[in-house]
Amino acid sequence: MNMNSNNGSVSDNQLIKNKVAASLARRHRQEKLLRGTGLAAVLISLALVSLLFINIFSKGLPAFWQTSITLDIYFDPSVLQISEKPVQRADEHDNAFRQRDLEWRSEVGRINFNRLISTALMDVLPDAEQHRRHVLRMVTSGERFALRDMVINDPSIIGSTQRLHLLTDANIDVWIKGNIDRSLPDHQQQLSPIVRQWADALYANGTIKNRFSFALFMNPDSRSSLASAGLAGAFMGSLFMMLIVMFLAVPLGVAAAIYLEEFAPRNKLTDLIEVNINNLAAVPSIVFGLLGAAVFIGMFNLPMSTPLVGGLVLSLMTLPTVIIATRSSLKAIPPSIRQAALGLGASKMQTIFHHVLPLAIPGILTASILGVAQALGEAAPLLLIGMKSFVATVSVSPMEQSTALPVQIFLWQGNELRNFFEARTSAAIIVLLTLMISLNAVAIWLRKRFEQRW
Amino acid sequence: MKTNSTLKMKAENVRVFYGANEAIKGIDMNVYQNEVLAFIGPSGCGKSTFLRCLNRMNDTIDQCRVTGLIELDGQDMYDPRLDVVQLRAQIGMVFQKPNPFPKSIYDNIAYGPKLHGLASKKSELDDIVESSLQKAGLWKEVKDRLDQPGTGLSGGQQQRLCIARTIAVSPEVILMDEPCSALDPIATSIIEELIDELKANYTIVMVTHNMQQAARVSDRTAFFHMGEMIEIGSTTEMFTKPNNKRTEDYITGRYG
Amino acid sequence: MSNLTLMIVLLAVLAITYQLGLVRTRQIAGHNATLRMHSRPHHYGVMVGLWTVLPAFFIFIIWSWSAPWALNQLLIAQLPEHIVNDPQELRVAIRRISNLAANFGIVSEAATWEIQAATFLSDARQLSQTLMLALMTTVAAAGALYGYRSISPLYRARNHIEKILQIVLVICSSIAVLTTLGIVLSMVGESLRFFSFVSPMDFFFGTTWNPRFSTAGVGEGSLTGDQGSFGMLPLLAGTFLIALVAMSVAIPLGLLAAIYLAEYASPKMRATAKPIIEMLAGIPTIVYGFFALVTVGPFLSMLGAHIGLDIRATSALTAGVVMGIMIIPFISSLSDDIITQVPKSLRDGSLGLGATKSETIRKVVLPAALPGIVGAILLGASRAIGETMIVVLAAGNSPSLTANPFEAVSTITVTIVNQLTGDNDFASPQSLVAFALGLTLFAITLILNVIALVIVRKYREQYE
Repeated sequence: MNMNSNNGSVSDNQLIKNKVAASLARRHRQEKLLRGTGLAAVLISLALVSLLFINIFSKGLPAFWQTSITLDIYFDPSVLQISEKPVQRADEHDNAFRQRDLEWRSEVGRINFNRLISTALMDVLPDAEQHRRHVLRMVTSGERFALRDMVINDPSIIGSTQRLHLLTDANIDVWIKGNIDRSLPDHQQQLSPIVRQWADALYANGTIKNRFSFALFMNPDSRSSLASAGLAGAFMGSLFMMLIVMFLAVPLGVAAAIYLEEFAPRNKLTDLIEVNINNLAAVPSIVFGLLGAAVFIGMFNLPMSTPLVGGLVLSLMTLPTVIIATRSSLKAIPPSIRQAALGLGASKMQTIFHHVLPLAIPGILTASILGVAQALGEAAPLLLIGMKSFVATVSVSPMEQSTALPVQIFLWQGNELRNFFEARTSAAIIVLLTLMISLNAVAIWLRKRFEQRW
Repeated sequence: MKTNSTLKMKAENVRVFYGANEAIKGIDMNVYQNEVLAFIGPSGCGKSTFLRCLNRMNDTIDQCRVTGLIELDGQDMYDPRLDVVQLRAQIGMVFQKPNPFPKSIYDNIAYGPKLHGLASKKSELDDIVESSLQKAGLWKEVKDRLDQPGTGLSGGQQQRLCIARTIAVSPEVILMDEPCSALDPIATSIIEELIDELKANYTIVMVTHNMQQAARVSDRTAFFHMGEMIEIGSTTEMFTKPNNKRTEDYITGRYG
Repeated sequence: MSNLTLMIVLLAVLAITYQLGLVRTRQIAGHNATLRMHSRPHHYGVMVGLWTVLPAFFIFIIWSWSAPWALNQLLIAQLPEHIVNDPQELRVAIRRISNLAANFGIVSEAATWEIQAATFLSDARQLSQTLMLALMTTVAAAGALYGYRSISPLYRARNHIEKILQIVLVICSSIAVLTTLGIVLSMVGESLRFFSFVSPMDFFFGTTWNPRFSTAGVGEGSLTGDQGSFGMLPLLAGTFLIALVAMSVAIPLGLLAAIYLAEYASPKMRATAKPIIEMLAGIPTIVYGFFALVTVGPFLSMLGAHIGLDIRATSALTAGVVMGIMIIPFISSLSDDIITQVPKSLRDGSLGLGATKSETIRKVVLPAALPGIVGAILLGASRAIGETMIVVLAAGNSPSLTANPFEAVSTITVTIVNQLTGDNDFASPQSLVAFALGLTLFAITLILNVIALVIVRKYREQYE
């Protein structure tokens, strides 16, 4: 009792002071410990972010440039013996013309364009005569279709010589970039010795060069001609799905949020809906994939592997995010605005649509963009509705089979030609991340631009 | 009406800045041992800000800067070598809104002594808890439910719990920042009686928005206005014949 | 007329009738000086427009859903008996006839009955389309007339429109509920089908996961009892093992980072570091999967070799560590919010007693924030359990019952992907098991989420 009473007695005060002082060193050590570990945790987290980005970018950036070989291709008329390109006659029915055109195209398609390529290669490769069968290994197999398309577009180039940059075989890209151990014995190398020699020689004299890889952006996926595999198909698939999410999930979500926030009576039922929506936002994405497989494909018989189904699934997945975010931006509008409008005789509906909603739009927009960005990166549910199947065309409608950027990443990372596709996958990731970051940047910009403090 | 003339704390030319804004504009003040000193003044006049300087609670606010000299027992409180932990153990503080920790009543009181290592045995700690609660006049009401959460008490009880919590670390000075503003009249009068009892052992500096309260419990009163201290003196004198016109206007209710 | 054109026409009609209503209202209002119109002119316009278009639109919807079914029934009645009795043949025949009717080509020569049926179908389609258009036009005209004539000062157009709008809003908000219902019903339905092949006991408590491929159809396999084993326990064990590793990475890092950012960091550092850490949450999980596969896995394996541990490159550890990185922001962000919500008065009370900052955090702030933090951790755990792409790429896909994080494992999500993307028949237990697994996953995450959400909500209310 005595030690705790304080009659200003100096000795008691001193006693307590001493006790406090004795504890100080230990307590300040603990202070430093918590502060230090906290800082360490922040720094580790930041380091992990940068590690992830540095890793992906250092792997992926080189893949935006790809080796191609400069060849003077002679469009030899003796090889290209084809009839004239059909022109629609005045009295000709569309279908008839289309038929003729198709026949002509398949005629062109039957021509062996590889002969043009190998002829041109023979000119630049030393000792090509002895190694005839290796010559075509220099150029990726898809390039013959590029030549075919050139002829189809403009048959008048027949007979001329064109200087073209043709993509080299994927293995040559790997070899020249040093993505394979050059000291490996022959039987472990993917290229025969002569092709490796040629590649080095042509790279040295500038015939083979690293050029910006338009193929990565312009081409669809390819399995036969790996060097020309591109993201165009996946990009279109993702684009269609984003559009569907934008035009389905966003309006539905905003409407639902308006009802729940402004009109719904506060009772057990709305409480249940609220819990349900919050829970739905945390349901694993793969469950939405199962829903899509069972309902959209199993029950409604919608076509598999299409952006339509993918977009529907992603819309359902994004819906709760949009609802929650819209509700919170509606909540943030102060009641004074509502009271002012109601006080002037506006109906509840008018108050909300004329006064509350316009003020909440920046928040809603931001949330919607973030929701769309999240949907853009989602892969798991798409696998379940068949979007992992290989599609070698660029789809032009959401009803056609397609894949999506994240799924393309999944497909490429599993490709057997690891040396080539590790970089290409990373490049695809960079494209995906760039898209997502731009979407996020737009969202942040919108928020900053229209941010209002009450 | 000074009961004691031993100097406990001294402030000289104290200024407080929030960023570029000067909230306290040079205040000189003496605080004497075992007195109750009340700060009054219209809201926003800086009385709470100044009070928080007296145990360096302003340190916790970013951008807040204090200049001038504040001494406790002749020692500079803002001396960088001084440990603020030690200082706050000597100068306790009770806040406007009762803020018991979300812990049991016992743990609320034992919190400070445990931190500072004031008790080496459980029985010592029990003693501290009991005596603190007794001094705060709460012992009878809570002795059978020490293990229940402090947040379950009524507002007035919570505030007395907070006072008991402060007493438990045996401070020399207790600062009270409008301790009754969140309480009903009955709880207020209980706290006021408590303050009267406590001044036998502690020096008490309190902020109040309630002039009658200052008149009832304090020995001396300081009147603050616009970041300045206009007048300080014996409470009876200030309320009967203030020296300054502004003090008079405030006391008579011209503004406030 | 294609559906698109029809929609455009409907929109045009909407615009025209809206204008008509508008003009009419102004007229009436102009004549009537004594009685004010109840609503603004555009309300009447919208009212007329909706009266015209909405009923027609409903007819369109109902027709489009029911007509194909009805036509199909009529068509089947036309077909020879032997075709109708064989479901397989019937499906083929109907497809061929549809193609014929739409003037697409079909493989091989068309039989006479096929051509007859196709002609019938194409005629019936034409008739159905004409009927629908006629009906729509009539209803639209009647609606327009009714709407137009009901314009009067006493008519409360605005209230009616608002009622309709509110109904639309209700329908929209019911979609979220329908989604949940759809998830539960579809998965329960498919799971029940699965449990007709495999007993629930074997599924939930079996310790071997080894489903064969269903190549020879369903019947034979189930007759001989040779359809593989569907014991879920190894998958469950793998799922929880990885989640455990993930949480032991994410909880300390996320929580400590949250504490530092909320309590110690300068506003500037907080403003920089917080969004950067939160970026981790926005990165697609496939990216993490790739990162785990090509970088973290080999690194851990090499590290293991250095210290004499046999760590597989794709293992529970690899997947768990990377998943932990992914979950850091979920925990740090939510905990940060929760810690900053602890009232300042509590901090002041503690500091005023002479506590150091860390004592205040450890003894006052964290205990006060504990329920909220537990909620954040549970949400993070639910995320870890349901995560797919990281584990598909980095967990090794080897369904074994092990507690050793250095070994390859498989999880529920990985198996769902494997079973549904393989070449399995959709009606085989090998495919259907994905739904039973999905249902289990849904149930686990649902429980975690609901507990977490309730805790967090209670916590928020406490300090609001």
